Amino acid sequence: MIDPTTEPTDPVPAPAATSSLHRLRLIIWAVVLVVLAVFAFFWLRPATSGEVTQRPAQGAFTLGGPFTLTGADGKSFSSAKLAGQPYVMFFGFTHCPDVCPNTLARLVRLRTQLGKGETPFQIVFVSVDPERDTPEAVGSYAKLFNSPIIGLTGTRAQVDQVAKQHAVYEAKVADSSAPDGYTMDHSAAALLFGRDGKFVATIAQEEGDDTALAKLKRITS
Amino acid sequence: MNRTPLLLALAATLAATPASAAPTGVTVSGWARPTVAGQSSGAAYLVIRNYGPGADRLVAVASPAASMAGVHRSQLTGGVSRMRPAGPIEIAPGKMLTMAPNGYHVMLMGLKAPLKPGAKLPLTVTFAKAGRRTLQLPIQMSAPQ
Ligand SMILES: [Cu+2]
Repeated sequence: MIDPTTEPTDPVPAPAATSSLHRLRLIIWAVVLVVLAVFAFFWLRPATSGEVTQRPAQGAFTLGGPFTLTGADGKSFSSAKLAGQPYVMFFGFTHCPDVCPNTLARLVRLRTQLGKGETPFQIVFVSVDPERDTPEAVGSYAKLFNSPIIGLTGTRAQVDQVAKQHAVYEAKVADSSAPDGYTMDHSAAALLFGRDGKFVATIAQEEGDDTALAKLKRITS
Repeated sequence: MNRTPLLLALAATLAATPASAAPTGVTVSGWARPTVAGQSSGAAYLVIRNYGPGADRLVAVASPAASMAGVHRSQLTGGVSRMRPAGPIEIAPGKMLTMAPNGYHVMLMGLKAPLKPGAKLPLTVTFAKAGRRTLQLPIQMSAPQ
């Protein structure tokens, strides 16, 4: 979710002087207007993320399907292991300290909020950075969240294939300030699959918990 | 998006009685997210308030816990998450910058040990005018309430 407070626009609490109260009120009303404008922007803006990946549900082609990657134990992981269980897939990389842990922590929290036991659905984390993300690395990263997460990696060719199969965008981008001189751009939405392995919906970053929970109820019902 | 907490917060601000001791200059607080063994990167989130009469600029961040640190920004465009160096951040007088997940963050690179929940992260923050501040940030899974 895009947090408007990440922009340096919020007022600091007013100092004690009574003379500044009038100014404070003006500032607060200005903030109210800015906040309303920001909300209006996000409400009126046509939805962009999720749109592309939701389209295949209407039958153009099948999103998802069987895949083979490498599990945290270093052994081959076949999607057949997920048969009969609903699952949520998220593509990221372990050197991502912000969006990826934030998304996985949110999925874990939503899974708890769903109130259907510990694993009403599996959370599958697929690395788009297999050059750095060894099976061991994805395995220990998955443990950060104190809840079962299946961490997967593979060869570059395997990961590219699985990303393509899931309409997931991934790109290696040079960044001299990043570890090893690069960072990864990647689709930020989580993909939801039913017990039959069929794609159901996406959960976008900016989507509220209520809609996300409703979708998770659909795959776990 | 849920508007209720925001409206409540605004109402609370409008109703609040002014504090007796007004802070001056730049104040910094924040938190850091836990990491596990083998994870070389971490993130910390700062809340910077500028009570001073003039603008100030966040020019550097450093931590003995990491070989390198920098301010980065994650941005979501067309459903794609991109993280880039943020460049210098200016905080105008009377303004506040709240770093939060999926936005501005202090990226810690080359972590020497995992950031354990409940422990503190030492972080030095340097401003163009306010100078250097050394903080001990709490390590926790989400922002303090
Ligand atoms: Cu970063």
